[in-house]
Amino acid sequence: MILLFLILILLAGGALAWITGKWSDLLPRVISLVALSLDLILLIAIYNGQSAAGNNSWWIDYRVDWIPTFGISLHLAIDGLSMLLLALTMFIGLVSVLISWKEIHEKTGFFHFNILWILSGISGVFLSMDLFLFYFFWELMLVPMYFLISIWGHENRIYASYKFFIYTQASGLLMFLSIIALYFIHGRSTGIYTFDYIQLLGTTMAPTVAFILMSGFLAAFLVKLPVVPFHNWLPDAHTEAPTAGSVILAGLLLKTGAYGLIRFVLPLFPEASVTFAPAGMILGVIGILYGAKLAFAQTDLKRLVAYTSVSHMGFVILGVYAFNEIAMQGVVVQMIAHALSTGALFILVGQLYERIHTRDMDRMGGLWKQVPVMGATGIIFAMASLGLPGLGNFIAEFLILAGTFQASILMTCLACAGLVAATIYSLRIVQKVFLGKEKTTWNISDLSVREKIISASLVITLVYLGMLPQQVIDTAKPSVLKSLNSIEQTRSQNTGKPTGEASIWCDEINTDGASAKYLKCKLW
Amino acid sequence: MTAILALIVIFPLLGFLILSVFGGRLPRHIIPWIGAGSAGISALLTIILGISFLTSSSPGGVVVATLWQWINTGGLTASIALRLDALSLVFIFVITFIGFLIHVYSVEFMADDEGYSRFFSYMNLFVFSMLILVLADNLLLLYLGWEGVGLCSYLLIGFWYREPANGYAARKAFIITRIGDTAMIIGLFLLFLHLHTLNINELMQQATLNWEPGSSLATWAALLLLGGALGKSAQLPLQTWLPDAMAGPSPVSALIHAATMVTAGVYLIARTHVLFSLAPAVQATVAVIGALTLLLAGFSALTQHDLKRALAYSTVSQIGYMFLALGVGAWSAGIFHFMVHAFFKALLFLAAGVIIVVLNEEHDIFKMGGLRKKIPGVFWTFLIGAASLAALPLVTAGFYSKDQILWYAWSAGNGGPWLWLAGITGAFLTSLYTFRLVFIVFFGKTGTEPTKLPGRFMVIPMVILAAFSLVAGFIELPHSMGHLQLFSGFMSAVLPGVVMANETIPELLFQAVATVISLAGICLAYLIYLKRPALADAINHSRISRFFCDGWGFDRVYDTLFVKPIVWLAEIDKNDFTDIFNTAIASVVIIFNRALNLTQNGKLRWYVMGLALGIVFILSILMNL
Repeated sequence: MILLFLILILLAGGALAWITGKWSDLLPRVISLVALSLDLILLIAIYNGQSAAGNNSWWIDYRVDWIPTFGISLHLAIDGLSMLLLALTMFIGLVSVLISWKEIHEKTGFFHFNILWILSGISGVFLSMDLFLFYFFWELMLVPMYFLISIWGHENRIYASYKFFIYTQASGLLMFLSIIALYFIHGRSTGIYTFDYIQLLGTTMAPTVAFILMSGFLAAFLVKLPVVPFHNWLPDAHTEAPTAGSVILAGLLLKTGAYGLIRFVLPLFPEASVTFAPAGMILGVIGILYGAKLAFAQTDLKRLVAYTSVSHMGFVILGVYAFNEIAMQGVVVQMIAHALSTGALFILVGQLYERIHTRDMDRMGGLWKQVPVMGATGIIFAMASLGLPGLGNFIAEFLILAGTFQASILMTCLACAGLVAATIYSLRIVQKVFLGKEKTTWNISDLSVREKIISASLVITLVYLGMLPQQVIDTAKPSVLKSLNSIEQTRSQNTGKPTGEASIWCDEINTDGASAKYLKCKLW
Repeated sequence: MTAILALIVIFPLLGFLILSVFGGRLPRHIIPWIGAGSAGISALLTIILGISFLTSSSPGGVVVATLWQWINTGGLTASIALRLDALSLVFIFVITFIGFLIHVYSVEFMADDEGYSRFFSYMNLFVFSMLILVLADNLLLLYLGWEGVGLCSYLLIGFWYREPANGYAARKAFIITRIGDTAMIIGLFLLFLHLHTLNINELMQQATLNWEPGSSLATWAALLLLGGALGKSAQLPLQTWLPDAMAGPSPVSALIHAATMVTAGVYLIARTHVLFSLAPAVQATVAVIGALTLLLAGFSALTQHDLKRALAYSTVSQIGYMFLALGVGAWSAGIFHFMVHAFFKALLFLAAGVIIVVLNEEHDIFKMGGLRKKIPGVFWTFLIGAASLAALPLVTAGFYSKDQILWYAWSAGNGGPWLWLAGITGAFLTSLYTFRLVFIVFFGKTGTEPTKLPGRFMVIPMVILAAFSLVAGFIELPHSMGHLQLFSGFMSAVLPGVVMANETIPELLFQAVATVISLAGICLAYLIYLKRPALADAINHSRISRFFCDGWGFDRVYDTLFVKPIVWLAEIDKNDFTDIFNTAIASVVIIFNRALNLTQNGKLRWYVMGLALGIVFILSILMNL
């Protein structure tokens, strides 16, 4: 029941915000903060209760029938991975409301309605254990985001919102087709027609069928993640959205794609995933390098930050398809760290835009003298983005790459080139915005107390994640192992036939002799 | 002792936190107390720790302070743990002691700068990161310090941020070292994959157990770590960033780009010497790279016009000597030269800082001259530093440390005549370029007039460093003279002794040659730059001199090979060609829309014809059925 409340509080809060928005600008903001804080408190309560109870794979499992005729139920469950992502959702939600305090003055009620409904959709995605329900929430987060971009966005917002909507809607439909097909295949073979995730696990089907169905899921998740070449919606949507929209897009919406891969694609289609893995890793590397290259080329600061997301999300898919615990833990940390660091960079862009009304880096420069506090936070977030040790992103990238190294040396080395590329574009941000000579004499004020609180909380969380990541790792561990388990089983069945792609995956990694041969094998 | 060890690291961190959070609001006279004070407490604690370490019963003992578990997943574990042994003790002594002196110097040097607290907060962060680097008990934590010092180096090179050239130099330093670091982190992945740990001590044990000498894995691992070392220590082919790094304030050049950070590569190789011993090919490469770098940088130092750039090239060259020593297996000699070099090179940079300040930001040595009489204190300290750098026999520390390297370059197991020849040629170049500076800057006709004199905060640290530049060598006397081995004896707990190949030639002969060479360099410098200014002028304007001065054209080559193609690639595809796919779909739809629009033209004839064609079409299909 408590899980349902998590979602209902946000839905109700959203409705209330819209209604009260008619009378006052302040009420929707306060209501949103209260709703999100309430959820965060609930989550902390769940987390503490769990820590006392010990490590069970599902912490809370809630299930009631919704449309029993079609085997659809309201099935929500929470485990370590969902817990982390939900906590992230509420945190980013709070930040989004706080940064919009001065930025949004039009239709304030409707704005906060949209924010809270997106967040409830995202929470639903992280909680759903019924594929129909999952799809329902998947679509639920789409529409308010469309409004957010098209109403409160920048100049080119209509184009960007169309593009965002068509991309995600079309790819979502492909996933829905796969869900329906899976429903019927499972029904025919077992006689039980159900959308329940737990029951659908282990559905037997022909490899080609599995691959086609997986492709439907992949379509939705890879577009959301996004993976090159399906990334074109992202720079436009991120750039045109209001700051809160960009922060939620980068911080949370992209993570639903990664979550989908870990929660649904690997466990539902383990064999097809193993087949797809080399391609997935190549896509990851392409994303890392191409995203970084595009980021480097931009002169619009917000667009630059948007492209860094493409690059950082490349690490996610690379890590997912490395199929080992270290890399997968890295992916989990990366989801959180990227949400914080890229969110922070978008906030920085927003703060700058509020002051100088431009995103063009060629008009900035030398701002340090005027806004040293903003400059200092800017440097910290740029350092997070380039993966400086001590901040969360380093832990993420290190774990992902260390894990990937066990699967493919070549891919890891190519991905490592992304670290240098990240250095180049991150330092470019710092130089172009804060250092050098002033191109225009701006007369602007440094961060206000509200803005300082936001930035400081982000810095502290990033440092915490970088220096004490063990709590996150421990929390995510059962979920990570659960997701990898199906893959392990498939691969142990396949070890008899080391042909084709299977030979890439050298399972025995602790043989130190025969090193040259081993190296060659690793280098495919 | 573990508590003291932790405190040594914590104080600079505290200093950084206080200065960075409250820096703007603190009264100006408090700032140096926090900035230099935190470094001072660390230095004091280091001395206390050093004394108790030396007097403790087990000389080979180590002190470990485990603070907390950092990462533990899937067999990968790393702790935030500090580990002190003889090697790291030497490093933390240099870092905190010289660091403190340079902080004191900066109190006056930076006094009028608007970024006073920012400067000290960066410096404190640097000291903290550098301490983490040399105290880390695992490679991951070492990497944290490694990147941390890189960040501080970036921030401090670009400290005077309004000048775009400084920002460029800062980014160049960060990016080039980051290239080396990336090789290094791949090395970490390789080590973890095959040896299942990142703890340095366990790694070395496992490497010995599992890897044959010369095995390909050991070679790869050593090579990748070497990549990191080359970047940080500005060795061939990643040396191009250091001369530009002189854009930072002089205390930064003294602390980061002479005494400590740039020797991180030396530390890394010495720390993982077991691995390098298992990879003889890589170790030989280290020696060759060292030899080539010391020659290359020596020629460049000889032709510079900018005082600090000349010293920067000299640093590259001297680190080349350290690499040469490590490469031939004279581990302790390399570390000894690191320590001695830290004293005299920090001194030279501090002196250069004073000269530049009193001459109102004049960097060009050819506009200086005759300063011996104007600022005698600086002259004498600079002269002592220069003598030590030129390895003036018997009285300077530089003689003892460099002589040791030259001797081992020939006689050690991995050494040989060619390496020695490179070393001795470098020694000649060293004394030539050093005394070129001395004669041009302090003798001859008066150039720019000094406008002020340095105060005691700047002079005292220089005097202390000058004293150490003279006496630090006496703790390690060569076999031929006194044979005192305090330093290498102290190091022997961590670093193995030198394996000698041929001891047929007496060491005294080498020392004689080195002495002659060093004096010859000084004499030649005297003859050219003081007696025959016309000749010096001709040399300056020769094409070869300009080639050396530009650092052998490396920048231009890298610019053409890497920078320009990348920028070009970025510019031609700024708008992301994959977006064409989306616009193409939209265009196709619009084209169809237009085509269909054409049919709706309001002309009855067209509609009738359309109807007729449609009927014919449908009928023909029906008839075929």
